[in-house]
Amino acid sequence: MIEYQVQTMAAKVGDLPRPKKNYLNETKGFWSWAGTLDHKRIGVMYLVGTMFAFLLGGCFALLIRLTLLTPTHKLFGKVLIDAETYNRVFTMHGIIMVFLFIIPSVPAALGNFVMPLMLGAKDVAFPRLNLASFYLWVTGALMAITAMVLGAVDTGWTFYTPYSTTTDGPVTLMTGAAFVLGFSSIFTGLNFIATVHKLRAPGMGWFDMPLFVWGIYSTALIQILATPVLGITLVLLMLERNFGIGIFDPRIGGDPVLFQHFFWFYSHPAVYIMILPGMAIISELIPTFSHKTIFGYRAIAYSSVSLALVSFIVWGHHMFVAGQSQLATVVFSALTFLVAIPSGVKVFNWLGTMYKGNISLDTPMLYAIAFLILFTIGGLTGIFLGTLSTDVHLTDTYFVVAHFHFVMMGGTVTAFLGGLHYWWPKMTGRMYAEKWGRVACVMYTIGFNMTFLTQFFLGAKGMPRRYYNYLDQFQPLHAFSTVGSWVLGSSLFLTAAYLLASLRKPADAPDNPWGGTTLEWHCSSPPITHNFEEQPVVEREPYDYRPVKHA
Amino acid sequence: MSTTPIDLPHGAQGAHDAGHGHGDVDPHFQHHFTTMEQQNDTAKIGMWLFLVTEILLFGGLFVGFGLMQGRYPREFVEAHTHLVRWQGSLNTIVLLFSSFTMVMAVDSAKKNKPSKTVWYLVITIICAFVFLFVKYLEYSHKFEEGWYPAKWYRGVGDAIPGSHGYATFFAFYFMMTGLHGIHIVVGIGLLSWILMRARRGEFSSAYYTPVDLVGLYWHIVDMIWIYLFPLYYLIQ
Amino acid sequence: MTTHTETHSAGGHAGKHEHGGPTTYALTLVALLILTGITIGASYIDLGSGNVVVALAIATIKATLVALFFMHLLWDKPVNRIIAVAGFLFLGIFLMFDLIDLDARNYYLPQNVHRTVVPLVPGTAPAPLTEILPNPDEGPTGATPVPGAEAPAASTAPAPAAAAPASEKK
Repeated sequence: MIEYQVQTMAAKVGDLPRPKKNYLNETKGFWSWAGTLDHKRIGVMYLVGTMFAFLLGGCFALLIRLTLLTPTHKLFGKVLIDAETYNRVFTMHGIIMVFLFIIPSVPAALGNFVMPLMLGAKDVAFPRLNLASFYLWVTGALMAITAMVLGAVDTGWTFYTPYSTTTDGPVTLMTGAAFVLGFSSIFTGLNFIATVHKLRAPGMGWFDMPLFVWGIYSTALIQILATPVLGITLVLLMLERNFGIGIFDPRIGGDPVLFQHFFWFYSHPAVYIMILPGMAIISELIPTFSHKTIFGYRAIAYSSVSLALVSFIVWGHHMFVAGQSQLATVVFSALTFLVAIPSGVKVFNWLGTMYKGNISLDTPMLYAIAFLILFTIGGLTGIFLGTLSTDVHLTDTYFVVAHFHFVMMGGTVTAFLGGLHYWWPKMTGRMYAEKWGRVACVMYTIGFNMTFLTQFFLGAKGMPRRYYNYLDQFQPLHAFSTVGSWVLGSSLFLTAAYLLASLRKPADAPDNPWGGTTLEWHCSSPPITHNFEEQPVVEREPYDYRPVKHA
Repeated sequence: MSTTPIDLPHGAQGAHDAGHGHGDVDPHFQHHFTTMEQQNDTAKIGMWLFLVTEILLFGGLFVGFGLMQGRYPREFVEAHTHLVRWQGSLNTIVLLFSSFTMVMAVDSAKKNKPSKTVWYLVITIICAFVFLFVKYLEYSHKFEEGWYPAKWYRGVGDAIPGSHGYATFFAFYFMMTGLHGIHIVVGIGLLSWILMRARRGEFSSAYYTPVDLVGLYWHIVDMIWIYLFPLYYLIQ
Repeated sequence: MTTHTETHSAGGHAGKHEHGGPTTYALTLVALLILTGITIGASYIDLGSGNVVVALAIATIKATLVALFFMHLLWDKPVNRIIAVAGFLFLGIFLMFDLIDLDARNYYLPQNVHRTVVPLVPGTAPAPLTEILPNPDEGPTGATPVPGAEAPAASTAPAPAAAAPASEKK
């Protein structure tokens, strides 16, 4: 039986007897990884894979920004990329970031590693299915890269018809990739729901679960309920493009707006597949680094689930000016405001947790604070966009681009980086260079705001998104945004550098470097293959920072 | 798409790990569970979640079909009347009966009657082949008339501008019955796999989860047909 | 009605044993076959758009029987019941909001509704249209015909959806 004990930073290496064998060195060789059923190894493989996707998508992003540095798109007298290529570059940026990076990043990479540990389980419910969904991800990634090599697509990541049914390029292969990635995501979600239902440690009721698990569970609900519709939508799109069913293409009697309904029935909830895990991480970071019980545990747990449910009835707000009926736009606009309620509940509860807490500003906490600021801006601008009258003005401008980057990058990626730093000692057994971590986090926040805060102004002034050309009067703001992207990019490369550098030194991380109370801090760093020496039994609530009374 | 394996616990990891303090020696027991009951419940939840994804996958097609029917009511109704009613009805009866034999297979496995399980599974597989044979008759009739799906449609009306209803109708007809047929074929594979294991006497009242789960899959295939049948064959 | 009582007694019978059993399953099968007969019979009665409603209602009863008895949901853990219902619920949400939009923008192209349809099999009478939809001359025109399509030579050109001048009933 394991008692909750609050270890502090004072508890350093060597305090506890460290097992010689852990999940990293128990078996060796390629096949011990490629054929592993261990959720921790699968999580690490997902992490490596999604990081490559992030790098690739990030390079496309830097290229986009560099192209927009000047209205002539010239660098040292040469045109950087032409308009056709530009369309392909932003499409690939979107597809890679959405399907290959953000959707699997937190649930499949960090969640796979951490969630069974938090539940006190030995593994996820279906380990072989877990490995299968990783290989589906790999297959999808290879298909997407093949499509990219074959000339890429210029449809935007949304694949809107009729453009996607008529344009050149390997659209079928690319939608096929998204289809396969969708099933990878479905199987991850299925696995996680079954795990949460059946593999909690003895004594752990639903409201004893860490809030990260609640967030991942809500995400998994969406993955199960929405992604199959994406699957069938993409199949219909492929068939429409190649064989002409007559459902989406107006030339043969279809309805392009119907495609948008099908697509956004998945893709709006998918936005919550992306942001809910980010919120889930923040709910871990804030109590740990405030050294204080979370404020409003149940409110945060319920708000995760209700966000997941509300996400299914607001998709039409992506289609306000797409030819949707007035009635539907009004209904969807009104329903969209519901999203603000659980989001607000979360933000206020996090602030309530920090209030009068003993806050230590380690790197993960810095990212959590950055998240609070950036996500709040992203969320509030979402309300502008959900309002019918303002959206008509702002649709398809840089305001939208800035909004979803504040939510997706300022929210999810920031939280992901926070979580990565938080669990890095647990995953690798090594502490990263804390000083560089803080520097990178500050650079990240500054660079992010330079890049994307600027785009709110661009959008409000009328700069349309996805345009290659722009008016000269927008150049100062575009240039400032591009410089910001360099700062942002540098901070991420710096992060990669010091994290990788930490792998070269011997294992030095204590089991519980941050004084966390959840179960993953009660196994060794890195954990042994079966996670816990003994089956943990839960007797206290999560985030209980009261001292343990020893009998 | 349903060929992706659902993680049926058929015990590949076996008993070597079962010694984590719970004395259960069932060879199908997986090390990360505490009890066999927990393992079986988990498998069932997993299967139901998978079935929900199937419902939503087919659901997308049903929604698309319904909306297209609203767009081209005349062509769709006209085309509906030329689907062969007895073929659809016969297939409905065959599938309902196979669902019955499937549930009897589960029941006999649960009651330690392996020889009965084998026979019920054989009948279920035969029903599945009968279904596919009727489907073959149906499809070949459509092909003879030139009623191919989508752009290959060569029946009446394909040259009339604006008259896309027929091609769209047959596109949906072939997509939905075709996807359902693929599920039948996958089902035959799963049933045969279960049949082999039942013949080896692997199932008993202590362990029959795979039969149970394949049964659930087979019933959802039946359930989808329960909706396909009236929507396609009974519209006049 | 008979089918209802039959399945009901089947359920009651099952309650005494632990989970269903051959008698319950056989009675379920009988009920399903009878309902199949009813739905085939009902399709011969012209109820207008009510035919689809009746067909779907009977199909839903049949699906429920399969779920409750063959798939054991009647005796299963609540979590599996919730999962099963959730699937249909979210499908319902999807359909409902689509219909809100499509209905409101007059999606059901009146030109298509009132066009004389060429029979699928030559020599037979085209199917009668039982559904009553607004006439294009009276109702709001949501989908405007593409102008070019009114040329009679449009048969070779990619044909726009909304127009069918050759056979429009005017």
